[in-house]
Amino acid sequence: MRTTISVAKLRSQFVRDVEEISGEDLLACNQCGKCSAGCPVAAAMDMLPSQVIRMAQLGMTEVLQSRTIWICASCLTCVARCPKGVDLPRLMEALREISLRSGASEIDLDRLPPDLVRELPQLAIVGGFRKYIK
Amino acid sequence: MKIPYYPGCTLSTKAKGYDRSGRAVAAALGMELVELPDWQCCGATFPLATDNSMALIAPTRVLYQAEQAGEQVAALCAICYHVLKRTQTALERDPAMRERINWFTEQGYEGRVRVVHLLELLRDYLGWAELARRVVRPLTGLRVAPYYGCLLLRPYDEIGLDNPEAPTILHDLIRAVGAEPVDFPFSIECCGSYLTVKDPTVSETLSREIVASARAAGAQVLVTACPLCQFNLEWPQRETAFGRTGDEIPVLYFTQLMAVALGLPEEDWGIEGMYTDPYPLLRNVVQAVESV
Repeated sequence: MRTTISVAKLRSQFVRDVEEISGEDLLACNQCGKCSAGCPVAAAMDMLPSQVIRMAQLGMTEVLQSRTIWICASCLTCVARCPKGVDLPRLMEALREISLRSGASEIDLDRLPPDLVRELPQLAIVGGFRKYIK
Repeated sequence: MKIPYYPGCTLSTKAKGYDRSGRAVAAALGMELVELPDWQCCGATFPLATDNSMALIAPTRVLYQAEQAGEQVAALCAICYHVLKRTQTALERDPAMRERINWFTEQGYEGRVRVVHLLELLRDYLGWAELARRVVRPLTGLRVAPYYGCLLLRPYDEIGLDNPEAPTILHDLIRAVGAEPVDFPFSIECCGSYLTVKDPTVSETLSREIVASARAAGAQVLVTACPLCQFNLEWPQRETAFGRTGDEIPVLYFTQLMAVALGLPEEDWGIEGMYTDPYPLLRNVVQAVESV
């Protein structure tokens, strides 16, 4: 993928929003890839977790279109392993929040199998709705 | 000893068996879990966005209720435990946030209460040796895979229950009840959590891998402390129009395993709403012990 890097993008409002909402320093990540190596849901992602951080570092708002930010289940495996102490689930949450606050909604209950909906435990419904709908 | 207890939404509905077996084993060990009066939902997620103080209100209300009841509050649900413990830690580290929430809720949460998991009470208050001494039906020969999942362990600097990469607390419990802990590589891998309400195929894939890994390691049963893990690991093993595969592994709560070992009657095992049938296995174990 070709992209243009510019000072304006590196210091854009998007980068500031991600850092402010997450409370994390994007440039602390040195792209070692340990998060992607250990991520249990990486196989279902269109972009690896470390690539999501790289795009956010570079101010590439296209990252908001990635499925990865919605597939991350905040299991915190990467937090336990990041040698730089980056809390990646907080960055993922910031990207989800930016999407949700602009009106996105990520659950389509009609697409869920009815037998599953009848059986789901309460905390999955409460937690899922808080994560994926504003 | 009486301990204030927060059941949470799922233990009052879908996971009643966890609540029942948890209260029964605690009582059998001299710890009475006293349900908080008028408790409300903890929110089921800890907010990861720094500007989302709204999501701290529900768990802070629970902590306030707990503070009126005593110095500590016990949880069984790993998610309630995670949310309440992290909220306790967050408000300890950020007194200004605590003030802000108190201003909103018009309740004066002071930050004195300690959130504990029943596993912690067993390890630190009762002790594994004492638990082993109380066992009347040692589960000799039963191969149990300890499944820790995520939220009971991580993040370590806020939860601090056990080593987040090489935990032992469930292993120790399994040994104390006379069974054999089975190590398997997916012991601390994610089951997909609430992805099950968005992309159920993803969580099913993860859960199938976890169960297959435990089976390959020789486990006969999995134990967990989380009602969402329990559901996610059991659901793919349900009987479908194609019948059953025949290699199901029941996923029990650690309290259910303890209820069997402590000699409690079957109704206190709290086996209900499962998609596999653990009775043949458990009754076999009981029979084997009682015929000796």
